[in-house]
Amino acid sequence: MSSLTITGVTKSFGSTRAVDDVTLHVPHGSFTTVLGPSGCGKTTLLRLIAGFLVPEAGTIAFGSTVVAGDGVRSMPPQTRRVGYVPQEGALFPHLDVAANIAFGLPREARGAQEGRDRVAEMLDLVELPADFRHRRPDELSGGQQQRVALARSLAPQPAVVLLDEPFSSLDASLRGSTSRAVRRALEATNTTALLVTHDQNEALSLADQVAVMRAGRLVQSAPPSEVYLSPTDPQVAEFVGRAVVLPGTATDARATCALGEVVLTEPTTGPVALMIRPEQVYVDLAHEEGVRGTVEEVSYYGHDCAVQVSLDDGTSVLARMAGVRHPVAGDTVHLRVTGLVRAYHPAGSP
Amino acid sequence: MLVAGAAVALLALVPLVYVATYVVIIGPADLWQLLARPRIAELLRNTVTLAIACMAATAALGVSLGLLVERTDLPGRRLWHGLLVAPLAVPAFVNGYAWVSLDRSVHGFTGAFTVVTLSYYPLVYLPVVAMLRRLDPALEESAWSLGHSRARTFRTVVLPQLRPALLGGALLVGLHLLAEFGALSLLRFPTFTTAIYDQYGSTFNGAAATAMAVVLVLLCLVLLLAELRLRGDRRYARLGRGAARGAVPLALGRWRWPLVGVVGAVVVLALGIPAFSLLRWLVVGTSTEFPVAELAEALVATIALALAGAVATTLAAIPVVWLAVRHRGWASTVIERSTYVANALPGIVVGLALVVASLRLVPAIYQTAALLVAAYVILFLPRAVVTVRAGLEQAPTVLDDVAHSLGTGPLATARRVTLPLIAPSLGAGAALVFLAISTELTATLMLSPIGTHTLATEFWSASSELRYGAAAPYALLLVLVSIPATVLLMRSDSPATTTERVPV
Repeated sequence: MSSLTITGVTKSFGSTRAVDDVTLHVPHGSFTTVLGPSGCGKTTLLRLIAGFLVPEAGTIAFGSTVVAGDGVRSMPPQTRRVGYVPQEGALFPHLDVAANIAFGLPREARGAQEGRDRVAEMLDLVELPADFRHRRPDELSGGQQQRVALARSLAPQPAVVLLDEPFSSLDASLRGSTSRAVRRALEATNTTALLVTHDQNEALSLADQVAVMRAGRLVQSAPPSEVYLSPTDPQVAEFVGRAVVLPGTATDARATCALGEVVLTEPTTGPVALMIRPEQVYVDLAHEEGVRGTVEEVSYYGHDCAVQVSLDDGTSVLARMAGVRHPVAGDTVHLRVTGLVRAYHPAGSP
Repeated sequence: MLVAGAAVALLALVPLVYVATYVVIIGPADLWQLLARPRIAELLRNTVTLAIACMAATAALGVSLGLLVERTDLPGRRLWHGLLVAPLAVPAFVNGYAWVSLDRSVHGFTGAFTVVTLSYYPLVYLPVVAMLRRLDPALEESAWSLGHSRARTFRTVVLPQLRPALLGGALLVGLHLLAEFGALSLLRFPTFTTAIYDQYGSTFNGAAATAMAVVLVLLCLVLLLAELRLRGDRRYARLGRGAARGAVPLALGRWRWPLVGVVGAVVVLALGIPAFSLLRWLVVGTSTEFPVAELAEALVATIALALAGAVATTLAAIPVVWLAVRHRGWASTVIERSTYVANALPGIVVGLALVVASLRLVPAIYQTAALLVAAYVILFLPRAVVTVRAGLEQAPTVLDDVAHSLGTGPLATARRVTLPLIAPSLGAGAALVFLAISTELTATLMLSPIGTHTLATEFWSASSELRYGAAAPYALLLVLVSIPATVLLMRSDSPATTTERVPV
């Protein structure tokens, strides 16, 4: 295993710049998710790293080995030692589970005890029973296919594992268990991994580092909590989780907005856009403390609920509260903001 | 691959280029002089009348039988289905022989109409049945729930959805008919195809034959374009996912047994008569003999030619399909489409084109097996392309990506991933072509090297000399080699498989 370093990588299709000057470092043995809406260039980035595409500019290095880049002949995918897990697994339909997992092993190992041991080890790693080795891909569920695809990619001990939206075709319950199993397997093997997804929950819950892409550019890469709590601009804030963005005026460490006075993460002055997470908006049902509003709509999820409130001045605000006791549409409530709030100057930088 | 694909496309276009070049060289005035003759008018009238009458009759027969077997409580539906498809295993020229050898009065329009309709109605019946099986009963249930009667639902919901299968099948019958030589020649009903052969065979009148070929190709192109247009408009019957349920069969009540009688009569005419006639000649024919050595020789020659043709056609299909599936672009589209032109080319035109082209350009290959194999490639390429394409589409490029990422180079990926995945479709494509070549008559008659006797040519020389008994063993062998293809067609639920059949 080795680290992955991408520096200034650019790739265009016709006049469209799919990946635009992207720089990203994935430390050895860590897990990074690349998060972005569809068409943002994240899959193209993955294919550039795998070697299926050649960058026009920039370099890609596994550890100290440059595999593609300025002045270096691009290494073909088969010599890069990448593990690639595409959507829906793409298991070889004509081979059973064992043959799929052993596919990338050296020819002499495939038929030998060494290969069989490696297959058993990999099945164990992805938490599948040993007797699955003789099953055919069409006898596996979607989640099991993904686990076999991961086992297949890990068997030849790749430098880096690349996962392309591997859980997008699974239903909600399978997605959680499969992604956790994948995470455990990657951790157990201390594998450097990069997963691309458009699912923010998946991106935040799995990774050590989240890289947010927008229109071909990498706009932020940081630990999940930092991306969530301190997004680089309001657009990232609205893409990573729900956000209430209100105009306000800052004076040092405080600012005023439709929700009253809030405390800022960093002092600043002048007109600002304030990013408040819905769970920071406290809905007071009992007291008349805070800014008054009327509940427009309540979406109840059991563990919590989302409450859309129209303030008296007409501003619409989303609040999230525990599901044990909640208002109903038409109730009058009072809102106030808890915790620190991130402020952005109109240009986008705080 | 591009070069190989372009070469295959060029070969496929030889007959069309030949016909077009002829038109250009001879000029419109001379062409008109050749065509503006009472004989040509008669041929045109015969060909068009027979085509329209047969298309209408096969459509009516195919849909009625399809509905009876699929949507009613007709007793023994499975058995009837098998028996109604079985006539496909009897080549039309063998069927023609069976009728004419039984009763010499079967000839002319009535004879041709009867025999050809009975031979070709399965081409409508099969896609109609396949479509009826695919129709989502939820659509009909929705119509009933909206207050439509069963009859009105059939008219407004079922029939419109059957239209593509019905028209597609009927147009295919038309294409087959325009290409039909053997049956119509035996039944003494002259059409363009039989007249071209006569001109070529008796007087070697290339100009007159080619002038008629021009008209024939134009007629075929009209039908092919209609069929292509129709196929482009075709919509999938089922939009949603989930398992389709069977439709509730209509109770026939007191009509049950009379209708069994009707279906039985069709089976007797389409299957019983040829079987009876063939068996009769085998048993009692005065000229019947079993020249084992000659039969074996013809069988071996047929198998060798069919094998060579199947291998060559399948190999030729690979670059075409590879480009069409893996490297989409205008060049790939042009190459793939040019192979489909053969769908409109009767064996007689391909034969004529290759005779003239080889004599003019490469005389050395005239009268060689290589030229005959080239004709088979042109004629049956569409069949191989469709089958191989279906296979390659089952091998998505993401599997190559995965194999590369696991350290496998391009050649090893082809060997370990792509080939094993497309092998079944290569095999199926080759098998379909093999079986089609085994019963091909027209091009084989025109192009087979002197001294090469196949089942079809031996059958033809005996039956056209009225030695019906001598023809019988060959006819039997021809039917036997047709059975596997018919079973394949019966098994496939896909209307596409049947509509890809090309004229022979």
